[in-house]
Amino acid sequence: MSTLKVLSEDFSNWTCEACGETLVPRPVTLDYLESRFRVELPACPRCGLVLVPESLALGKMAEVERLLEDK
Amino acid sequence: MDQAELHRIEARCIQEEPPRCRAACPLHVDAREFCTLLAAGRIDAAWAVLCRTLPLPGILARICDAPCRAACLRSQCGGGIDMAALERFCATSARKTPPLHPLPSRGKNAAIIGCGLPALAAAWDLARKGFAVRIHCRAMADIPASAYLEDCPTDIVERELERLRTLGVTFVEDAEPAPKLVEALLAATDAVFVDPRACPAEALGIPAPDPTTLETTRPGLFAAPSPAPGTSPAALAALGRKAALSIERLMQGASLTAGREREAPFASRLYTNISDVAPLAPVPVPPTGYDDTSAREEARRCLRCECMECVRHCAYLEHFKGYPKTYARQIYNNASIVMGTRQANTLINSCMLCGLCEELCPEHFPMVALCLDARRDMVQRGKMPPSAHEFALRDMTFANGESCAVAKLQPGTTTNRWVFFPGCQLPASAPDAVERTYAHLRETLPGGTALLLRCCGAPAHWSGRQDLFAASVDALRADWEALGTPTLVTACPTCAQMLREHLPEANTASLWAVLGQYGMPPSPAVPAGPLCLHDPCTTRHDDALRAQVRTLCAALGITPTEPSLSGRLTECCGFGGLLADANAPLAATVAARRAEKLDGTGLTYCAMCRDLLAQAGKPCLHLLDLLFPADDTPPTPRPAPGISKRRENRVRLRERLMDTLWREANAPRPEHESLAIAYTPAAKEIMEKRRILESDVARTLFAAKRDGHILARAGSPRRLATHRPSTVTYWVEFECDAAGGYVVHNAWSHRMRVSGVES
Repeated sequence: MSTLKVLSEDFSNWTCEACGETLVPRPVTLDYLESRFRVELPACPRCGLVLVPESLALGKMAEVERLLEDK
Repeated sequence: MDQAELHRIEARCIQEEPPRCRAACPLHVDAREFCTLLAAGRIDAAWAVLCRTLPLPGILARICDAPCRAACLRSQCGGGIDMAALERFCATSARKTPPLHPLPSRGKNAAIIGCGLPALAAAWDLARKGFAVRIHCRAMADIPASAYLEDCPTDIVERELERLRTLGVTFVEDAEPAPKLVEALLAATDAVFVDPRACPAEALGIPAPDPTTLETTRPGLFAAPSPAPGTSPAALAALGRKAALSIERLMQGASLTAGREREAPFASRLYTNISDVAPLAPVPVPPTGYDDTSAREEARRCLRCECMECVRHCAYLEHFKGYPKTYARQIYNNASIVMGTRQANTLINSCMLCGLCEELCPEHFPMVALCLDARRDMVQRGKMPPSAHEFALRDMTFANGESCAVAKLQPGTTTNRWVFFPGCQLPASAPDAVERTYAHLRETLPGGTALLLRCCGAPAHWSGRQDLFAASVDALRADWEALGTPTLVTACPTCAQMLREHLPEANTASLWAVLGQYGMPPSPAVPAGPLCLHDPCTTRHDDALRAQVRTLCAALGITPTEPSLSGRLTECCGFGGLLADANAPLAATVAARRAEKLDGTGLTYCAMCRDLLAQAGKPCLHLLDLLFPADDTPPTPRPAPGISKRRENRVRLRERLMDTLWREANAPRPEHESLAIAYTPAAKEIMEKRRILESDVARTLFAAKRDGHILARAGSPRRLATHRPSTVTYWVEFECDAAGGYVVHNAWSHRMRVSGVES
């Protein structure tokens, strides 16, 4: 499964508060209704906490959710 | 739904029925389309409409006596459209005549005896269909008189006859129309049609032919009785067309009779509401005929008959740009899809299930059943989008949960004759009014009044969740039985409807009837300005309930006005069928449209109607605001509480009643409620729009702090908390204040699950 790049912004000024680590782009698996995607998202390299920014959640992600719901 | 059922349902929508003019025309010219084009100045396109339908259009358009005019609906408001004059105008003014494209030769030949309109029309149709046609007449010179063409300019007649010849029709001038000729031609050709203007069936000594097909006892021979004097030219041409169609079917070995029910003029089922149409007299025809301007003006008088009775009055039906017949097809197709995208999910889930369309429809098209059945089917097959109704179902679960639900006898009593059942939305909207109402009922109703706070199950019913709905009704029944089966006093019209239909064993009475019978509140307050009464759509078929409300208004000394659609024709506020969950923007449009129809301050007796109309900017009161005001000042329209406030209202109502009435301890509030959280106005607005509850935010902050799921951004005091309590992941943007509390700036959510990160 190839990794989709959906974010163009730089998230290097974000840190995971618990680990104190800077977020880095990581391949992340997203699931919804029996569909699975691999997307590059900023994540904490230690604990794996992933950031889903507002623009993605309400934009592309909402669009895909909707498409999958109508499948 | 199978194909047959689909067709049965589709047939009940009459929008696609032909207009009356077209049905009445023996040749079924679409005068509606013709007038539409002509009114737009598109003369050539209008002419093409005539050329598509009329045989020898150059002639027929000039001699047509418009039998459609008497049927034209405009005749009931000013006078029927003068189609005859419009056709003549079009025939003389059109610059372009569509070319004729006859079908390839079929290797079959037909003979026609006579040269009247039936003969010419039959020849025209047969030749276009690829038959070799020969017209046998006494003399070409007979044509003008035989075909009523005396007034038709010679060059026009010549031109049309020339077009017939171009199609391959030949004229033979040597024949007397007589039985002998018929026999000779039958022997030499595949089929013979005898124009009754030249030789009627009776003169041939052949039994009168079946009028539907013109076939005779002689195989291959088609004839007709002599037409009555004064028969319309269009009807004579239609006779020829009928013969041509029968000959074609005979040659193809097809049934001569099947599917010809609507060949002759018929009465269309199309209904067109003309109650708002102003009378307008026909444009007089000058001796030289219409000119461009007068023709357009006359064509503009066409009502463009269509039904759309339901669509006109429903923002939902209008929104999807079709009408029930097309929707039935879309819903059927939606259910049939195995792989691929189902296009009609939103259509199915956006119906308010209010039934106005059915009430307006002359054929009572079952839109509500269509949508509700489709929802049930989708739920059953696991194809219902989870996002469609989840919020409403969660709200229902919450209303039935231990923090909101109550089923208790009146304090100090052991049996009760009554139980007050305000539903779940009234406590969410006006908890104080519910408390005051219950106090009044306890004082006035003989035999004691219990209290039952829970949801009637309407959200489960509307969302097609039959299992959940059945469970909800069972739980309600169990509570009611535990209270000793008292008479249920309902305040919410949706509850009243649900109980009547799904808990028929229970006695119910509306709050309004009970107040009228057992005593009005001591100090109602009535606003000074005019009030306009909005009937909730769930009262559409509850004449008694609507009457009780009006009686109560009279007792309060008020006579509210009513909007144009009221009573049985009332409109939904946008809450019905869970529209707001499936399609929030459309729900807002519906509410705004309804609000606009109410003059002055709105008055209603459904909490959701009141709140949605208030949300749409309409000052609106609930009847309880008047009956049980907070103090003795006239009530002022309050804003609609938001989604979080609604929950809070229910919880607080229960807590207060348990405290003050039953003196029982309330369940402890969940620990996330201990957080001190403030919201910026922008955050509140965003959360309302995105349907994120304050409790979702509190739970997220609490869990994120506990689990360390917080992200920070360099140089910003704002941080980001995330939590996925069930099927939704929440994100909360916040900062901490000096006192250790939270200030929330923003929140968003998604349903997709982040299930793994690769290192």
